[in-house]
This record gives sequence, structure tokens and C-alpha cells, in this order.
Amino acid sequence: MTAATAATVERRSPLDGVRVTFPRILRAEWVRFRSLRSSWITLGITVALIIGLAALACWGRASHWPPHDRGELLSFNPTLQSIGPGAIFGQLAVGVLGVLLVTGEYATGMVRATMAAVPRRLPVLIARTVVFALLMLAVLVPSVFAAFFLGQDLLSAKHIDTTIGAPHVLRAVFGAGIYLVGIGLLGMGLGWLLRHTAGAIASLFGILLILPLLVHFLPSPWPDNVTKWLPGGVDGTAGVAVWNTHQGAHSFGPWTGFGVLMAYVAIVLVAAAAMLRTRDV
Amino acid sequence: MIEMTGLTKRYGDKTAVDGLTVTVRPGVVTGFLGPNGAGKSTTMRLILGLDRPTKGSVTVNGRRYDQLPAPLHEVGALLEARSVHSGRSARNHLLALAASHGIGASRVDALLELVGLTEVARKRVGAFSLGMGQRLGIAAALLGDPAVLLFDEPANGLDPEGIRWIRQLLRRLSSEGRTVFVSSHVMSEMALTADHLIVVGRGRLMADMPVEEFVRRGTRHEVRVRSPRLSDLVALVQGPDVSVRPVGDGAVEIDGMPSEAIGELAASHGIPLHELAPIGASLEEAFIDMTGDAVEYHAEVAE
Repeated sequence: MTAATAATVERRSPLDGVRVTFPRILRAEWVRFRSLRSSWITLGITVALIIGLAALACWGRASHWPPHDRGELLSFNPTLQSIGPGAIFGQLAVGVLGVLLVTGEYATGMVRATMAAVPRRLPVLIARTVVFALLMLAVLVPSVFAAFFLGQDLLSAKHIDTTIGAPHVLRAVFGAGIYLVGIGLLGMGLGWLLRHTAGAIASLFGILLILPLLVHFLPSPWPDNVTKWLPGGVDGTAGVAVWNTHQGAHSFGPWTGFGVLMAYVAIVLVAAAAMLRTRDV
Repeated sequence: MIEMTGLTKRYGDKTAVDGLTVTVRPGVVTGFLGPNGAGKSTTMRLILGLDRPTKGSVTVNGRRYDQLPAPLHEVGALLEARSVHSGRSARNHLLALAASHGIGASRVDALLELVGLTEVARKRVGAFSLGMGQRLGIAAALLGDPAVLLFDEPANGLDPEGIRWIRQLLRRLSSEGRTVFVSSHVMSEMALTADHLIVVGRGRLMADMPVEEFVRRGTRHEVRVRSPRLSDLVALVQGPDVSVRPVGDGAVEIDGMPSEAIGELAASHGIPLHELAPIGASLEEAFIDMTGDAVEYHAEVAE
């Protein structure tokens, strides 16, 4: 026994002195993201939706201009024509990506290795959120700008395009990018909270698409008053205001709306963090 | 060194680990033995901080696992349940774990070499066989060159060659002064690998002793004797340490006296023997004797 203890004391390792630090956890999270083909595929789909749908919607509009329907003519908005469809469909893809980056670890059991390496757990949640948010900002904001410029180029054939310098346009285009990042983070938070892919995706889609529909069954004026407090998904919800050039009669202003969305993200992430600390992995 | 004090884990009304107080020491291979469902895997999860104890505590090198500044450098673990993302390559899996500790790619490659996965290092883990997955798990456990190693059923899915390899690896790791804690439900495997045994059944500690002692205590030394003058022989062997049990067919089983002594005693009194057979219980039987009542699920054997 004594000999064995002595052996431990004498044991020297080239790794003596290594430490887990937050920058290293950030790096580990980047390695994780980078090394999963499915992350890149989902991100690729998101970008393809943002740019592809802008091209499709603007080419289609320019090919049939002016519209026969007078209402359509009046409501035409060249900014939304280019970035709107991509934001609506892209939010589902980026939300799924956020979910999968977390629930994929629970489904495969990887989370056990992850939490054994960083048993304080919370730094993993923070690092993954930071890496995901920065990466999505770096990819999605430029994608939305590309969608905008491509769309305007197609609309210019009928001289119905706008410019980035027109009132509110720059904010709306940038806003669509950060809105998508916000929805991705909402998905990631739901992933941490629910730990199951199907449950988290169903909840996310329910919040973005089903909830606004249900609200419409409420008696007036409830639909407008409730919808503006929903995090996002469709026109009239809080988060969407940041990528609209015109403020709806019942909606929040762009930055207040975005603030409401991010408040939901924060609530979900804080709840997830609290659960992560106390629950068994 | 792993120290458990009154370690208890309940899931609802089911107690998986029930007041374990055990110290696992460095420099030896400690076998953690128990039938399926005895709480071995739960204990491993409690050591790693994956599950929180309901009561009691467990420390590694004097600290709670989640207080360790470099967990992978102090404890390496191979869990029974797979802990790898199937979409990642073996090398990237190790790189991701290594990055959190600032461990470099050269160490990752050295470990892939050690466990024999260099050829498939860049293949997706999802396509790995059970044995390859097990080798990757071992590489992950050794990644931080830890002082304490936990192996939960390491022989699972390995072929005989792989089992021999892991046995030698465990012995080498302990000879380097590491704490090696290895669970199994197969007694014979433990007899070959372990120096010390901790036996659990239904979450409770049943034995904590060196393997030799377990073998000595657990093994019965009975002798089956058949003789036409059985009653005379029984009268001769009677003593405080000897018990005699009739088993029918003119035979008895004598416990507490070696077969040589019985044979010589019979010869010196001219008692003919028709049978003189030592019945040694194997280690496997000793283990089953000890944990038989504590087996969570067992099949009824038809008479």
C-alpha cells in the first residue's frame, strides 16, 4: 500500500499542469461544430434558402409586373420581396441546426464524454452558445445581404428595386440576419431544455408557426395584442419587426421587438442552464 | 485514489447504489464485480459527476470530480454506454475532448496508434464495430494520461485477442502506479486481471478484499466420500471444525478436512473407500453464492 502510494506521488506525466480554461472550451466547441458534416449541411441549406428564395421571389415578381391585383401592387415592398421568404424558411433550418447541435449529443451519448471533460457543465452551454452565435452571425448576415443585393438586381429589370441607403433598409437587412441568429439560439436553448430532437423541433415549430395561428382564434383585440408578444415566426410577432421596413400598426418597433425575441432566448437559456446544473446527464 | 463514503443513489423509489463506503487504491487493479443491475455503472457515473448522489459523497484524489481543474488528466473513463457522436470521425472525437484541456493533436495521434485505430482515424464512428468503438473509448480514457482509470465492462464486444490486450493494458497501467477500477459481471475475467475485489449486489457492498482472500474464503473445500462402513468413518472424522452432510446413495460430503487426511485416516483404520473426491467450488460459484440473493433479474431454471 505504502509502495503503491509512493508510486502515485512519483508518477510524472508530460501533461501535468494542463487545465480546462474557458478559451479552450470555446476551441473544443468549434472543433465539435467543424467536425460534423450534418452541421455544415444544415447551415448550407439555410444559406441556400436565404439566397435561393430571394432570387426566386424577385425573379418571379419582375417577370409579372405590374400585378393585376391592386392590393398586391400597394403592398409591394422590394426589401421584403428579397429577404422575407429566406427569413421565413431559413428560420426553420437555422432553428433545427441549433436544436441538433445539442440534442445530437444526447441522442448519441456524446454528452457523457462532454460533461466528463467539463464537469462544471455550464461553461459548455455558454461556449456552445457563443460559438454558434458568432458563426451564425458571420455566415447569415452576409447571406442576407447577398440575398438583398441579388434580389434588387433582379427587380431592377422593371425598375422596382430599392437601395441599401433607402430609409430603414439597411436596418431591415441586417435585422433579418440577426433575427435568424436569434431563432437559432432559441432552437439551441430548447435543445438544452428538452434534450430530445423531436420534442425540441416540434416545440420550436409550434412556437414559430402554430402559436400565431392559434392566437387568431381569440376574439378581437386579443390576436393583435398577443401576437406582438410572440417571439417570432410570422408577420406581426416581436422578432419579425426588426427585418420589416414598415412598422405594423400593432407591432413593436424594430429594436424593441428584437429585444423581446432575445428576452425569450435568454429566458430559455437560463432555464436550460439551471436544469443542466441539477439534472443527471 | 477514489473514496466513496455512504454513497447512495436513488431513482424514484429504486435504490441503485446503497451506502457504498469503499476506497479504491492506486497501484493495483481493483475489480468491481456484481451481477447486472447491481449498481456498477451508476457508481461509475457518480464518480464522474454525471449523476449527483442522493446521499453520501465520492471524491477522486481528494476532490469532488466537478472541482478538478483538469478532469481528463485526473480521471479517464470508459463507460459502458456509448459516449461518442456517431457522425464524427474517431480523430475528431478525440480532438474535441483534447481541445478542452489544451492537449495537442500529436497526443491524439499517439493514442490512436496505441489502440490500433490509426487506419480508421478519419472514418465516421457510426460505421465502427463494437470492438472498434471500445478501442476508441479506451483511447479517450487514456487521452489525459490520468492517474485514475475507470473501465466499465471493458471486455464488451472485444474478441479473445482484444480481451487479452485489455488485460495486459490494465496490468501495465496499474504497475505505473495508477488507480485502475474496472467493472465486470464475469468473475473469471476478474480473477485473471484484478488484485483486489469490490463486490456489490443490489447496490450494497458485499465484499472488499484482495482476490486471494476472496478465493480462499469463497471457495468450499468439501470432500465427497462413499464407503460401506460410512458410519465408522464419520465417527472418526467428527470434530469442531468438521461438518458432515449426507447426500444419499451411501455418500457424505465432509467439510473441514482435506481429502488426504480423510484417506489416510480411513486406511489406518482399515475402512474401505469406494469414493474419495474433493469438490472444489470455482471462483464463479463463490461469486454466485455471494450475490445469488442479490441478483436483480434472474431466470428460473427448470428442474
